[in-house]
Amino acid sequence: MQGRVQLYQRSHINTDEIIPARYLNVHDKAALARHAMEDIDPGFVDRVQAGDFIVAEEDFGCGSSREHAVWALQGAGVQAVLADSFARIFYRNAINNGFYPIEIAGISTRVGQGDELNIDLAKGRVINMTKDEVYDFPPFTSFIQAVIDAGGLLSYLGKQKSGAGISDGT
Amino acid sequence: MGMTLTEKILADHYAGGSIQPGDLIQVGIDLIMCHEVTTPPAIQMLLEHGLSGVFDPDRVVVTPDHFVPNKDIKSAELVRELREWVTANGIKNYYELGRHGICHALLPEQGHILPGQTVVGGDSHTCTYGAFGTFATGIGSTDLAAALYSGELWFKVPESIKVNLTGKLPPGVYSKDIVLELIRRIGVDGARYQALEYHGETLEELSMEARMTITNMAIEAGAKCAIMEADDLTSAYLDGRAKGGDWTVHRADQDARYAQELTIKVDDLEPLVAFPSLPANGREIASLTSEEKESVDQVYIGSCTNGRIEDLRIAASIMKGHQVAAGVRAIIVPSTSTTWKQAHDEGLLAIFHEAGCAISTPTCGACLGGHMGVLGEGEVCVSTTNRNFTGRMGHPSSRVYLASPATAAATALRGCITDPREYLQEER
Ligand code: SF4
Repeated sequence: MQGRVQLYQRSHINTDEIIPARYLNVHDKAALARHAMEDIDPGFVDRVQAGDFIVAEEDFGCGSSREHAVWALQGAGVQAVLADSFARIFYRNAINNGFYPIEIAGISTRVGQGDELNIDLAKGRVINMTKDEVYDFPPFTSFIQAVIDAGGLLSYLGKQKSGAGISDGT
Repeated sequence: MGMTLTEKILADHYAGGSIQPGDLIQVGIDLIMCHEVTTPPAIQMLLEHGLSGVFDPDRVVVTPDHFVPNKDIKSAELVRELREWVTANGIKNYYELGRHGICHALLPEQGHILPGQTVVGGDSHTCTYGAFGTFATGIGSTDLAAALYSGELWFKVPESIKVNLTGKLPPGVYSKDIVLELIRRIGVDGARYQALEYHGETLEELSMEARMTITNMAIEAGAKCAIMEADDLTSAYLDGRAKGGDWTVHRADQDARYAQELTIKVDDLEPLVAFPSLPANGREIASLTSEEKESVDQVYIGSCTNGRIEDLRIAASIMKGHQVAAGVRAIIVPSTSTTWKQAHDEGLLAIFHEAGCAISTPTCGACLGGHMGVLGEGEVCVSTTNRNFTGRMGHPSSRVYLASPATAAATALRGCITDPREYLQEER
């Protein structure tokens, strides 16, 4: 995966900020994408390009369980979010949609707005092409990787047929 | 090794038997809560993946609550999708408008939540049900779809934080102040990926309603769930109400391992307000300067945190015989249809009406900036809800302070942030 950084030097970016509740009467990705980040960054929708990465500080995606937050970002073309840490429901929702939540401590202080990143998921490595730096992260557990590879939890479930359980006991 | 309350319940629902924090396990689900915002996408996903059908229709409880009565055409379509799915799948526990309520108030009130169960819901405040000694957690739409289809979900077993509540609440201080204090201390991600397990003598004095206010806001500290051991009060509450028969009371082992242990001496607490725009921004009202006691445009008493009958009684006791200040809109939203009727029968609605409040049918409404009290540009609101994020209740420049029903009521009367004890003293 390769793309540019949209940087937020902020913690606790919540799902109300990623997609305000007033737009939750639809769940179409393209429709949600028109209002992504609207209340904290009205310029986001015009600035973001397909393939971009969002980079933020701690606790990204806290608050409401609305999966619409993941869909709005996916609809806007965002490939992955890199943050110091994630709130747990957002993290699950991301995985369940085959969308990457990548946890790297201190990432928001190391990259700049617009930096070009190349991410190697198998190796757990981010290469900052602009700054010529490398940041490592622990690869996903095999269960999570299997869910992402399948394209999300339901495709995974469809493949496993119900009740196959989790093979990876990590 | 001893187990925490959360570990006990999860182990009881896991085929593999023994577990420890960090394990990734497949858990059987006893009950699933659905509403009209997050369930229609789940229904659509199931259809798209050819995974139709619900594993057990009797283990699903459904109510439209967020945008009801339907706020616009799109919301009406969401509720229609929900209703058609309910009918097609033979789901009997459907609460239509008029019998409806805010999900996290309705399910306990109707006796669906039992000790020892595992409950998931397509809503982050599903953690509320932990007040019954239940493992309950909020999930997104894909997890919801998977749970509806298979009756199971994967979870990472959380570590637990033990919170001891000691002492007796002083007059004017309520369970909302306890949970605002906790979040102020540990921060909005202080319990991230963890369970908050409550103990201590104070709990014995707290009603089920007051306990639910505390478990409701676990997610505001980032927790996966909050949990309290079921006791005599829990049994008394469930008596004549419980649907589904027997339940299991689990207790945490004496030698259970906790990631952290902390104590809140509630005797020392004072009424708090959480300043915009984080629930962790709690401050004692008594410590505020007169400028900080901002004038308000609106007061909102309702939501799954504080819209229950006890909350309405507290607010009414403060408002009785007084008038809402000029320029303030006070909105009262009983959390369920039954609560509305009870408030009516007890004369509370008349007190609110005479004070100059607007009274709504149950709805999430303005709690999430949906309808029925959305804030305009720069407006200020003191609210009994659980989130004061940027734009949560309306315009991104509006400002929300979180407080107890007593504080909200006192604020409505004075027109600016007010310590409820000023009105309690008046009564004496
Ligand atoms: S009342 Fe507010 S917090 Fe509670 S379920 Fe409704 S929108 Fe969510």
